[in-house]
Amino acid sequence: MTEQIDKALEREYEAGFVSDIESETFEPGLNEDIIRRISSMKNEPEWMLEWRLKAFRVWQEMEEPDWAHINYSKIDFQAISYYSAPKSMKDKPKSLDEVDPELIRTYEKLGIPLIEQQMLAGIAVDAVFDSVSVVTTFREKLEEAGVIFCPISDAVHRFPDLVKKYLGSVVPTKDNYFAALNCAVFTDGSFVYIPKGTRCPMELSTYFRINELNTGQFERTLIIADEGSHVSYLEGCTAPQRDENQLHAAVVELVALDKAEIKYSTVQNWYPGDENGKGGIYNFVTKRGICHESAKISWTQVETGSAVTWKYPSCILKGDNSVGEFYSVALTRGAQQADTGTKMIHLGKNTKSTIISKGISAGKSNNSYRGLVRMNPGAQGARNFTQCDSLLIGDQCGAHTFPYVESRNPSAIVEHEATTSKVSDEQMFLCRQRGIEPEKAVSMIVNGFCKEVFKELPMEFAVEAGKLLEISLEGSVG
Amino acid sequence: MSNTTSSTENSMLKITDLHASVEEKNILKGLNLDVKPGEVHAIMGPNGAGKSTTGYVLSGREGYTVEQGSALLDGVEILDLEAEDRARAGLFLAFQYPVEIPGVSNLEFLKSSVDAQREARGEEAYTSAEFLKVAKEACKQVNLPLAFLKRGVNEGFSGGEKKRNELMQMILLKPKLCILDETDSGLDIDAMQVVANGVNSQRSPDRSFIIVTHYQRLLDYIKPDFVHVLSDGKIVKSGDASLAKELEAEGYSWIHNEPADELEGDLL
Ligand SMILES: Nc1ncnc2c1ncn2[C@@H]1O[C@H](COP(=O)(O)OP(=O)(O)O)[C@@H](O)[C@H]1O
Ligand SMILES: [Mg+2]
Repeated sequence: MTEQIDKALEREYEAGFVSDIESETFEPGLNEDIIRRISSMKNEPEWMLEWRLKAFRVWQEMEEPDWAHINYSKIDFQAISYYSAPKSMKDKPKSLDEVDPELIRTYEKLGIPLIEQQMLAGIAVDAVFDSVSVVTTFREKLEEAGVIFCPISDAVHRFPDLVKKYLGSVVPTKDNYFAALNCAVFTDGSFVYIPKGTRCPMELSTYFRINELNTGQFERTLIIADEGSHVSYLEGCTAPQRDENQLHAAVVELVALDKAEIKYSTVQNWYPGDENGKGGIYNFVTKRGICHESAKISWTQVETGSAVTWKYPSCILKGDNSVGEFYSVALTRGAQQADTGTKMIHLGKNTKSTIISKGISAGKSNNSYRGLVRMNPGAQGARNFTQCDSLLIGDQCGAHTFPYVESRNPSAIVEHEATTSKVSDEQMFLCRQRGIEPEKAVSMIVNGFCKEVFKELPMEFAVEAGKLLEISLEGSVG
Repeated sequence: MSNTTSSTENSMLKITDLHASVEEKNILKGLNLDVKPGEVHAIMGPNGAGKSTTGYVLSGREGYTVEQGSALLDGVEILDLEAEDRARAGLFLAFQYPVEIPGVSNLEFLKSSVDAQREARGEEAYTSAEFLKVAKEACKQVNLPLAFLKRGVNEGFSGGEKKRNELMQMILLKPKLCILDETDSGLDIDAMQVVANGVNSQRSPDRSFIIVTHYQRLLDYIKPDFVHVLSDGKIVKSGDASLAKELEAEGYSWIHNEPADELEGDLL
């Protein structure tokens, strides 16, 4: 059976092509001058530059963390280029007609049409290519509803008060090594503001694409949901297939004010490297949201790519009666390594959190769940439920679970369930005896295992995620 | 009496001198069996005789190695086919211990199975609506509530429900040859009757059955054309339905006492 499954797991990375686009790329290296140049490329105000430089000094004092269950060759931060943008983006195209058709074709090939007529109805897209946002669709329509959805580099100019107030308010500069680096060198990403009592009229989504060789992508996303508002946001990512490792160190901050609700979904499909671990993206990401009174933040992630994933989307449940959720599917195969999970920090009374984590390991990969649930003294009547399931495919892979519970309030209740199972010979044989191909059987079994998480994704993306898993598991790309 | 003939013409399944091993242990040691279209053969025999192994070897389960012999299904050698291709050729095995596939709905599983087989025959896949209709019908036929179509494959099913689910799959897949491995064990009389009715309703001139059972009880409801006793990897005695009654009365020990070689000579 192992042979069948190995075959089933061989796959091509569909998004692995390189676009032929002339780019302006900084020479590799990281110093204050580089940061000044990034800032000036974006024509930033002085306060933004100061903020970056301060972060850079903090970062220089910090050490790269080594507590995660991952192994990777040391990153040479001086060998990376920190800025790359298509030349055609230099004089800011005002409409889609002015955007380089090659860029539009790139997104089309990735299944993200940017021409409004062809787009999925009801989904607005911000397309980020290397260090710049190429286009944000449906902007005007959203602004009619008072919703701001624009590249963060624009928001710095157009909404400086909101940016100043909230940037770094959830993930402080010195939070961790990669977050500090991001603060210093972030290039683009999305900015979202939903006004009071507004239900965002469409799904918002950002699609990140790394194209240029030897560049890092340091995106920054900030979503503010004002009181009683509601928004659903999706992030997708891909990169060309290359032998060199590339660094992606993003920071995402969510602010859910009283009674607001943010649903944040990720379908991460960065290039995972080859079977032997050559190439692929190093994905070191800090994602955190803060919930004010009766607010709710729900993280759903489907992680199938990257050579190394280090990622813990978290919730600070500050307001009473606030709710945090984390639904995760992490699939590792070949030589991929994932150390992912969440932190639920309960500060307010009657706060609730739910964690459902599904780890799937195949090949020689390693998949770890790391989760922290903290009940602070003020978290009277708080509750957490954690369910953490691992599925092993074959016998050379590893699944690990690191749950940390800190309860400082005796009335708080923390429940934890964990299971480990295998795609068994019996299951495979049952499927094949009924006429089902082994590849299809594996993907059906894995999809069944992930069902509880997939049902949390917005409809269109649930289908996409299911297909992505299928592609990830299929011998031939369908 | 013997049902074997020298001709392979018009056999649904013809097994000749089949030797097979598991983990280098010989289990089947020269099995011969000839099943004509429309016939029902019962296989009985002591625990560990190789009854389940026979089903697995025929259906191509990994880990079961064919050492020699052949098995023709409707004239086609199946022993070198992949498991899924044997299924598509019309072989169906109802498992002694059906396995659970959590989170995969029974309906999805059934549709994938049926579509895979239809596709192999060059037929079009069912639309969801069409399939739901046939699936509901099959569900009723085996007396399972329709809610079972939505539940995970065998997930949390009772023993009897699992067996009826196997039968539902058989009804939907319309195989040429059905092997039922102790589908009756663990069932009460009512459930057994449901199984028997299910099988009887599927009997047809172009479908054959091999029914592995410990109890002659089931054979009161499903009248076999032949009864065989399998012991130590080969058939040591064959007869008509009355053999099952004899076995029920006297157990298997009287068979063991007879020299197997002679018997085999007889049968061939
Ligand atoms: N996977 C296996 N590994 C080792 N021995 C096996 C395996 N499966 C079956 N056997 C052995 O093969 C023999 C026949 O088993 P089986 O076909 O299940 O018998 P029956 O169904 O007639 O009770 C038994 O001795 C059993 O222990
Ligand atoms: Mg058995």
